[in-house]
Amino acid sequence: MPAVQETVERVRRIDVDQYRYGFETQIESDKAPKGLSEDTVRFISAKKNEPAWMLEWRLEAYRRWLTMTEPTWARVDYPKIDYQDIYYYAAPKPKKTLSSIDEIDPEILKTYEKLGIPLREVAILEGVEPPPGGPPSPSRKIAVDAVFDSVSVATTFQKELKAAGVIFMPISEAIREHPELVQKYLGTVVPTSDNYFATLNSAVFSDGSFVYVPPGVRCPMELSTYFRINERNTGQFERTLIIADKGSYVSYLEGCTAPQRDENQLHAAVVELVTLDDAEIKYSTVQNWYPGNSEGKGGIYNFVTKRGDCRGRNSKISWTQVETGSAITWKYPSCILRGDNSSGEFYSIAISNGFQQVDSGTKMIHLGKNTSSRIISKGIAAGKSQNTYRGLVSAHRKATGARNYTACDSLLIGDKCGAHTVPYVEAKNSSATFEHEATTSKISEDVLFYCIQRGLSQEEAVGLVVNGFVKDVLQQLPMEFAVEAQKLISISLEGSVG
Amino acid sequence: MSLLEVKDLQVRVEEREILHGLSLTVNPGQVHAIMGPNGSGKSTLSHVIAGKPGYEVTGGQILFKGEDLLEMAPNERAAKGVFLAFQYPVEIPGVTTWNFLHAALNAQRKARGEDEISSPAFLKKVREVAKSLNIPQDMLKRGVNVGFSGGEKKRNEILQMALFEPAVCILDEMDSGLDIDALRIAADGVNALRSPERAMVVITHYQRLLNYIVPDVVHVMSKGRVVKSGGKELALELEESGYAQFEDAA
Repeated sequence: MPAVQETVERVRRIDVDQYRYGFETQIESDKAPKGLSEDTVRFISAKKNEPAWMLEWRLEAYRRWLTMTEPTWARVDYPKIDYQDIYYYAAPKPKKTLSSIDEIDPEILKTYEKLGIPLREVAILEGVEPPPGGPPSPSRKIAVDAVFDSVSVATTFQKELKAAGVIFMPISEAIREHPELVQKYLGTVVPTSDNYFATLNSAVFSDGSFVYVPPGVRCPMELSTYFRINERNTGQFERTLIIADKGSYVSYLEGCTAPQRDENQLHAAVVELVTLDDAEIKYSTVQNWYPGNSEGKGGIYNFVTKRGDCRGRNSKISWTQVETGSAITWKYPSCILRGDNSSGEFYSIAISNGFQQVDSGTKMIHLGKNTSSRIISKGIAAGKSQNTYRGLVSAHRKATGARNYTACDSLLIGDKCGAHTVPYVEAKNSSATFEHEATTSKISEDVLFYCIQRGLSQEEAVGLVVNGFVKDVLQQLPMEFAVEAQKLISISLEGSVG
Repeated sequence: MSLLEVKDLQVRVEEREILHGLSLTVNPGQVHAIMGPNGSGKSTLSHVIAGKPGYEVTGGQILFKGEDLLEMAPNERAAKGVFLAFQYPVEIPGVTTWNFLHAALNAQRKARGEDEISSPAFLKKVREVAKSLNIPQDMLKRGVNVGFSGGEKKRNEILQMALFEPAVCILDEMDSGLDIDALRIAADGVNALRSPERAMVVITHYQRLLNYIVPDVVHVMSKGRVVKSGGKELALELEESGYAQFEDAA
């Protein structure tokens, strides 16, 4: 059988067994009544002991959501979602009030251990091979906020961060402890009226992370949030807000997994980033929600709104994403380049296999003078999946000297999948310079045979070629994430990759 | 026992028979040259020995150290010591030569039940091999064949040959696209790898290459068969009189 044909056959046989995070944790949970109403919103707000202003904000969003319709412009196809058939809040029942990590339900600790997420405050020793001739990699610390269904179950290294002046805590706590910051920034990047899923999130969001880095502070460690959906029929609606004050810097990572189930589950998150003058946020995602089985049954609907606002001069926001999971991905991490000389970056690897549908990309909105943006997107489609890059680059009338460079490359494995590129460009002033390059290629028989003649197996050969294809983006990830992502890419294409 | 034995090999590509009963016996230490005009089936032979998909073997067999080569997967053949130097080596963007060679060598070692070689040990080894072949270290850091000149690509093939230490090397049209200086450098590399245990099969159009890589046996192929075999002087004879005289013989 020709090599590519063989790969296609194997990809076709891809099974749920290959999703390694599909286990379920047996734990009692506290849930809101099924369905969505004003009462649900009040229930969630009450559970979180929120102040009145927060409840009002939510209710306003809920009322607006009732007047909106679900968007249909994306190149994704799914049965109608019954919003009354979802639980909007689920939290593990606490045995008692927790004062330290040792008091977390051991079942939850075990879950995170299985997932390889450190909830204990230990430096992570990397099992990373140093580059040839390079120095050995140092061990580094990563602070973790772990969100289990609708609540944050642990946040590590809080003390050490506090000493540096960095606030890193569940957003539900921030609403109570730092209301002035939350009120000042929440909903200013993604307004409650932004889009159907963002508005829904504004009404029912339950937890997520809050980060504030004060002026001039370089955050002393990587911050990360790990999202886990466990409960059946539950939506996850997390909300993340990160503010980098003048001249500060923070690097933030997020990871996601869910058990494998036959029914689809909804994940509608909102992430807002704000950078003031001379500040920088680097936001990296490795998304590995359950993608559904080989017949396209089950999997997460990932409808996410992520946006960063470069509010200050010379500020910078950089998005890096590795998207391998979810049945459907609808996600466009974007940058509003408001401050003069600000810059935005979007580096993306989107892999689809089986029956997965991905419609993802970015928006770079140039408003300030001499703003620049860079988009590097790598889409890989295998199986019967559909993979779309959708992007907008626009320059406002006053955004003189705006510059953008876009490169979209697609790689096809087999002939039952599709890759699509939908770029929108709008320049409202003549001094803008936009460049766009796009390629689509297939892994050729000749390349595979060359590798195999050198002793590599079919899987190893495909893995090598794919990892070479995504290298420019992988290099943008923090080291320990890059290694994880590389493994994940291989697993996602399993059947074609060992 | 001979190292490589091709017996009455018949091969089809898409219903068309390309090789009609080809036989060839190669012993350790020998260099065989296979010459012939375009379309005589030289490259098909090299591809079938290496196991490239797309060819249907309808008759005959290939024995390698007495084992049935056609029963083995292409990567298994590589691990057992069959190496094909490609006429057109492919480019693999984003994968460094160093990384590629390390992965390939370890895959071969694993298949043979040997321990994998660590990064530092591999780095040392590959640097030594590159140095012995006068290949600049810089080439190891670049993407596999990406932006390489014709000569560099062929030297990369020879570097791999030296690194993997195969028992049989098939060199498919190694001279194509090379100027005379590049050809000499490549040929020097090949000559350095000649040994009493190793055999080489050099496939070429032109006698020119055989001035640098001097064969023990020369075969002339025409229309899917070996029509004449002889010593190195046969190549010179061909250069004088051309292939036309063999067309009838086939």
